[in-house]
Amino acid sequence: MTALFDPIIGRYVTLEIGGRTCRIYMEEAGSGVPLICLHTAGSDSRQWRGVLNDSDVTAKHRVIAFDLPRHGKSSPPIGWTLDEPDYALTSEFYIEVVLAVSAALELDRPLVVGCSIGGRVVLQLALKHPEKFGGVIGLQSGAHVNPYYDLEWLNRPDVHGGMVCAGIVSGLVGPGAPEADRWETLWHYMQSGPGVFKGDLHFYKQDGDIRETVSRIDTKECPVFLLSGEYDYSATPDDTKIVAEAIRTDEITIMPGLGHFPMSEDPARFLEYFRPVLERAGQARERPVD
Amino acid sequence: MPALINRDAVLRHRGRFIITTFLAESGTDQYLFSIDHGRVAVSSGPFVSPRWQFALRATPEAWDRFWLPIPPPGSHDLMGMIKFKTLIAEGDLHPFMSNLLWFKDVLAAPRQLATIQDVVR
Repeated sequence: MTALFDPIIGRYVTLEIGGRTCRIYMEEAGSGVPLICLHTAGSDSRQWRGVLNDSDVTAKHRVIAFDLPRHGKSSPPIGWTLDEPDYALTSEFYIEVVLAVSAALELDRPLVVGCSIGGRVVLQLALKHPEKFGGVIGLQSGAHVNPYYDLEWLNRPDVHGGMVCAGIVSGLVGPGAPEADRWETLWHYMQSGPGVFKGDLHFYKQDGDIRETVSRIDTKECPVFLLSGEYDYSATPDDTKIVAEAIRTDEITIMPGLGHFPMSEDPARFLEYFRPVLERAGQARERPVD
Repeated sequence: MPALINRDAVLRHRGRFIITTFLAESGTDQYLFSIDHGRVAVSSGPFVSPRWQFALRATPEAWDRFWLPIPPPGSHDLMGMIKFKTLIAEGDLHPFMSNLLWFKDVLAAPRQLATIQDVVR
């Protein structure tokens, strides 16, 4: 039997975030330009396995993917009990986590790529902390998403949380995705903790609304690159085009056939679109600000 | 459509806890789907005072797009259709939401038929 090891190494870091002690799990591969990868709502860093395992990317980049607190192998903040109010992700906390991880690793102006809620928060990073990042790449980025179903279904004792979360997102995987990657992507949702997906959607559908401010992003100060899967009906290609117009960039790539989880649902096809964008993002990072 | 579902042992097993009746509308055409532990029976309307737990309503054109072998974006999934308001889901949605993956597969079954017909052709 052949043992096939990934080049990915995982470890934990304990950080003070939002006045709480958080033990955060992260995975890394490669060396070079730092690239932080942010997962979608209700999932975890396993979504980035295709990028972490891609030798073309890791030859030039130190790829880092971490689990937000309560996701994947990052437990809720230490001291958490069920007596706490329901979890609700805020922009403030999300931004603080990314900054804390970057500072802990002593990263110099890393690139950040995020998908969905990650694709939203990278816009907030470009807006509020442009000097700290070499550029951001938003997958399935929209400035806002209106609720289209009752979020209460996602966390109630008479509905299986893992199954309803997977059911909600199953159609967000593009129809041509390889079956193994489709079900790997859905498994992450099935494993999500109670109320985590719902709490993340607080950021996605309420707290993280940046329609009013997104146009203030200065792409000369912090370059922004956008990629959007054609079959995403949550953050649609049209939503991403609105962002591109607002920040006056033509760095937008529509990915035919792909859905809301491009890096996870079909890593091989995603990488074909991602590698050249990452190359351009690296070049833009080196360019002096006018 | 019931035959497609009832002959699928895996789908029947996955639906073994489901007991409900729902109304499916295609324009003005009505169908009552009775689910008994994952086994499906369908009766066609029009009905006088039908009883159902929840209803799924779409136009014939919306269902046709949903059942294409490779549907266009937004027509490829029930939740997508709900997002774009081409499908209205109403009533007591508890059975639907608590077995969402099952109902998605059941209602997409004619897509499988279309694919087989295409292959035969």
